[in-house]
Amino acid sequence: MLRDEDRIYTNLYGFEPWSLKAAKARGDWDGTKAILAKGRDAIVGEMKTAGLRGRGGAGFSAGLKWSFMPKGEGPLPHYLVVNADEGEPGTCKDRDILRFEPHKLVEGCLIAAFAIGAHAAYIYVRGEYYNETKVLQAAIDEAYAAKLLGPNACGSGWAMDVYIHRGMGAYICGEESALIQSLEGKKGQPRSKPPFPAGVGVWGCPTTVNNVETIADVPTILRRGADWFVGLGPENNNGTKVFCISGHVETPCNVEEEMGIPLKELIEKHAGGVRGGWDNLLAVIPGGCSTPMIPKDVCDDVKMDFDSLRNVRSGLGTAAVIVMDKSTDLVAAITRLARFYMHESCGQCTPCREGTGWLWRTMARMEKGDATVEEIDQLLEVTRQIEGHTICALGDAAAWPIQGLFRHFRPEVEKRIAARRADAKSRVA
Amino acid sequence: MPKLTIDGLEVDVPAGTSVLQAAEQLGIEIPRFCYHDRLPVAANCRMCLVEIEKMPKPVASCAMPAGEGMVVKTQSPAALQARKDVMELLLINHPLDCPICDQGGECDLQDQAVAYGKDRGRYTEEKRAVVEKDMGPLIKTAMTRCIHCTRCVRFLTEIAGVPELGMVNRGEHAEITTYVGKALTSELSGNLVDLCPVGALTSAPYAYTARPWELKKTESIDVLDAVGCAIRIDARGNQVMRVLPRLNEDVNEEWLGDKSRHAIDGLAKRRLDTPFVRRNGRLEEASWNEAFAVIQDKLGGLPGSAVAAIAGDLADAESMFALKLLMDSLGSPHRDCRQDGAALDPAVSASYRFNTTIAGIEQADALLIVGSNPRIEAPVLNARIRKRFLKGGFAVAHIGVAADLTYPAQHLGDGVDTFQAVVDGAHPFFEVLKAAERPMIVLGMGALCRDDGARILGAARYLADKVGLVKDGWNGFNVLQTAAARVAGLDLGFVPGQGGLDTRGILAAARAGDIGAVWLLGADQIETNSLDQAFVVYQGHHGDVGAQVADVVLPGAAYTEKSGTYLNTEGRAQRAARAVFPPGEAREDWKILRAVSEVLGKPLPFDSLEALRALMAEGCASFAGIDKVVPGVWGDFGENGALNPALGPLGSAVSNYYMTDPISRASPTMARCTLEIGGNAKARTGTDG
Amino acid sequence: MSETFLAESIQPTAFAFSEENAKAAEAVVAKYPKGHQRSAVMPLLDLAQRQEGWLSRAAMDVVARMLGMPPIKVYEVATFYTMYNLRPVGRLHVQICTNISCWLRGAPEVVRAAKEVLGVEFGETRSDGAATLSEVECLGACANAPVMQVGDDLYEDLTYESTKAVLTALLAGEKPPVGSQTGRRGACPCCGATTLKDKAGDHVAKEPAKPKAKAAAKPGKETA
Repeated sequence: MLRDEDRIYTNLYGFEPWSLKAAKARGDWDGTKAILAKGRDAIVGEMKTAGLRGRGGAGFSAGLKWSFMPKGEGPLPHYLVVNADEGEPGTCKDRDILRFEPHKLVEGCLIAAFAIGAHAAYIYVRGEYYNETKVLQAAIDEAYAAKLLGPNACGSGWAMDVYIHRGMGAYICGEESALIQSLEGKKGQPRSKPPFPAGVGVWGCPTTVNNVETIADVPTILRRGADWFVGLGPENNNGTKVFCISGHVETPCNVEEEMGIPLKELIEKHAGGVRGGWDNLLAVIPGGCSTPMIPKDVCDDVKMDFDSLRNVRSGLGTAAVIVMDKSTDLVAAITRLARFYMHESCGQCTPCREGTGWLWRTMARMEKGDATVEEIDQLLEVTRQIEGHTICALGDAAAWPIQGLFRHFRPEVEKRIAARRADAKSRVA
Repeated sequence: MPKLTIDGLEVDVPAGTSVLQAAEQLGIEIPRFCYHDRLPVAANCRMCLVEIEKMPKPVASCAMPAGEGMVVKTQSPAALQARKDVMELLLINHPLDCPICDQGGECDLQDQAVAYGKDRGRYTEEKRAVVEKDMGPLIKTAMTRCIHCTRCVRFLTEIAGVPELGMVNRGEHAEITTYVGKALTSELSGNLVDLCPVGALTSAPYAYTARPWELKKTESIDVLDAVGCAIRIDARGNQVMRVLPRLNEDVNEEWLGDKSRHAIDGLAKRRLDTPFVRRNGRLEEASWNEAFAVIQDKLGGLPGSAVAAIAGDLADAESMFALKLLMDSLGSPHRDCRQDGAALDPAVSASYRFNTTIAGIEQADALLIVGSNPRIEAPVLNARIRKRFLKGGFAVAHIGVAADLTYPAQHLGDGVDTFQAVVDGAHPFFEVLKAAERPMIVLGMGALCRDDGARILGAARYLADKVGLVKDGWNGFNVLQTAAARVAGLDLGFVPGQGGLDTRGILAAARAGDIGAVWLLGADQIETNSLDQAFVVYQGHHGDVGAQVADVVLPGAAYTEKSGTYLNTEGRAQRAARAVFPPGEAREDWKILRAVSEVLGKPLPFDSLEALRALMAEGCASFAGIDKVVPGVWGDFGENGALNPALGPLGSAVSNYYMTDPISRASPTMARCTLEIGGNAKARTGTDG
Repeated sequence: MSETFLAESIQPTAFAFSEENAKAAEAVVAKYPKGHQRSAVMPLLDLAQRQEGWLSRAAMDVVARMLGMPPIKVYEVATFYTMYNLRPVGRLHVQICTNISCWLRGAPEVVRAAKEVLGVEFGETRSDGAATLSEVECLGACANAPVMQVGDDLYEDLTYESTKAVLTALLAGEKPPVGSQTGRRGACPCCGATTLKDKAGDHVAKEPAKPKAKAAAKPGKETA
């Protein structure tokens, strides 16, 4: 288990105040000026060495992403955009950073913005986090008052502004280009890439979009050094991660753990174990609702990191672990997710706009057994017609949970269809 | 210049070219719905997916820039499968109502479904139904057919500059809708019907009237403004069913104004389909011979100096040329093609043309519009100005009654005093023009039809020298004509001869009794009560105001019923073609004049259209080459002298876009547009800043 | 929600920002770079909604004019994001998440309780205008599932009983405690922290978990 001294989020549960004073006591804003004094290239280099992979789901190297930004200051301003549009079902880690550890995020904004040559950061917070936004704004105001932000942030000579932009209810805005569109005052409809945000981002300017946790990790990594971070977790999956454990566990919770912690250990140590014991486990959605579920036998020894989960045809995603015990109607669970994706499809591109509704309607029938076995293959075909054919990854995300269900539990669905048919026949007879 | 390989063929393309465009250069057609080469790329239909080596997923070729060394496969199993996948999804909520859909037979979705569709549907859930939208009198909607390609939204927003359409809601509830259920106010809205790849937006006036395969298609040009858009006239039997734009990069690209497209139902209304003769104060039907006899009787007895001719705005060059020769032979110098009295100087051809050319607008870097509202006088030309504006670095200013031109034009003022200030260098925009490398001025008929029009023209000529409107390889001096006949009339010399009277003079002389006979060649926009005393022959196709004062009416042919040459505002010679025959007894106009000349004993020196045209081209270089612009000759023109602010603000010559000529005034569709959209009462939109 | 919502009779003919909100709107616009005032459309629509309780077409038109946007572009935004209420809602807007994490932990019971207390179905507003009940997607508090949002506040760790209690209190004009209804801090394990224990102090879970689950927790956390 991760030692407390290796935790980044030492106020993850809000045992202490979020205020600047308390945050400083926890080590935030310590030596920020010195970090900035190392210079842009050194910071980006250190982050690359640390190998911090994006904590929002895609797992792309943060340092590498920063390095795609144009060097120096060109005619267009650069922007840092922080993705706090946390909406992946199962995920609630950014919320706790916003309300309990806002100064880690604000400090991270300054360092990251400096590293990409930006003088302004916009934090895009999902609209439902209204109270969390108030805390974050108060923390930003404190930072300005203490001259940690402003024309000469931390005495570094770097001018830095941090603004909050509130979302208003659209899961798709968690996709970085949709988020940028939304920030520009448009519908959150993803853009085609290329061009990538580092070239053409918000307001046509070079932009880096990072997840809250990614940015909030930055100050601690730079304070303790890349080596410390690399020393945690398996190779290429460095560091710590805030896991969100929900569903059929005894004590659902958020907890920061080392990357690569076995799933079973994570659940049993921190979440009180599976309701009714480990053997009562049916399946786990390991990384937020977009990641395919894994059945108990995979859960028995899978490790919680990007590569391990990819190897079992799922993903770490947002590290939101959704636990389902044997009482769960998995078909109903996935049908609910299918409805979610239909509801959240932006409607821009054909496969997702048309296909997510088809998926849900078919799943809704299968939930009742009102389908044919052949329709399972058709349904999976439709998932593949959507997957990989859309502008953004929402299409893939809509396809994967269904694929995951049938990969591991197809016989259950077939049984349900057969039972319904038998039932119908007996009623006719 | 990236070099890439597409389907095994190598091609070099300029940087920024998309994979789809690169494929087109090789003659490889990639199916698409949302992509349109004149609209911003949306990449939302996903029909143009291709396989590109080293890329994990199929790629939308319309949005992917060609990259060095790319290996693209448009016909690989994966690419074809991706298209089939998308096609099925496009069709699941699309109604299978092709038999009752006006798009049937010319539907992209139908065509591509043949290539990529399955022979049966697998979607057994309920299909989506979408409420219809009211887009005004020109566009009929069937929104359930919409495939959300957003071409319509992008066209109105970008090309037309009238952002009144959008896609509201999201996911499968997303739908295209108008600005609060109001009629679209763009003069270019008919183009949405052409752009819509399915039957969601179809032509309302044309609804359920014909199938494309029943129509005879004739390539022609439009004459309802002075732009000369390339059109295709679709007729069934002897009825014009619809007019569509044709591609002409130099003039209209592929757009067409709503009047030019939809005034055609006016071709079947209020037509003069037989000669009339006034007897006992009433016009009565007559035979050609009876009509000719009256003309012979009345004209035969008059000296040439008592005869005059005025040509209207829709007259073809051939008939004006024939009428001019007829007047010459009668010894009359009194003729004019400027029925509105515009102060256009026939002696200097560059003084009345759009010298920059329409395509040339794209090279300009500053523009001053004076006494014109190009949006309603020439919407397609206006779209070119907007296109130039969108590229950036283009200062536009407007002097005249304030209007939403669809691009942000600095409104300098509405009176001649403002124009005078610019001319005198007292207004900052003078410096803008002067500093510009390729400055332009557009003078409208709203400026030139005033009593001080000649002085405004003179002031503009002065400004041309001061700011360098005309320099090597660049002529930024432009007059925006509103009449299709005008430039040809001026070039042909259908203007007062030695000692001759112009329109105003002719009317005054007719009132005074000095002119005893007036020949109106489709001239309707004159003060006709001046002609009460005179013997009036009206030759034309519509029973408009000109015919009402006539003593003899000779039924002529409309532009869709004859082969005729027109010079557009640039001076571009173009030929309209006969798509249908003139109705009843009506005849082609040059033939009528040839017959009259015979009756009057002064036979014109040609017996065929070819002979007429040969003679016409001999005397006037403008007609030597069809589809060409012979550049106008630059010189001195206009009058010196003070402009007269007392004459009021500089307006537009067009007060109602939808009704400008006998055809559109007779059109029920144009009447509906006037009522529902309003001639020029344009809602101000977000673009006018 | 079809476009007809804009033409309905419920639409007021005019809207104006209060003086205070007009000032706030200016401050919002100032957050964005010059020439990009359009970015302020979402916050301004939210401001209008907070002022009136819902978002009318008149308000959208006012925002469009303020930001120099074509009205249709504002309607696109207003109809895209689910937090804009395009019809009037009750004094309490009760939004219950039924997505997976909440569903697994008893959201249907929360829904049942809410329907019983409020006497309306999803999508309905009480005839006395006291409350509107909505089903929503993930509210982002999954470790504290099931949750419901009323106005700006989240009520977490709900049961059938606690949902009834919260809603009854809210209807009575009281202010029940926001957040976890079991009294735990944030998303800390309910029977006591398994990490950061030295900081946990007396943050003690009010609901004793089953003995088996307590193995990792501090002994002192289990009581109360």
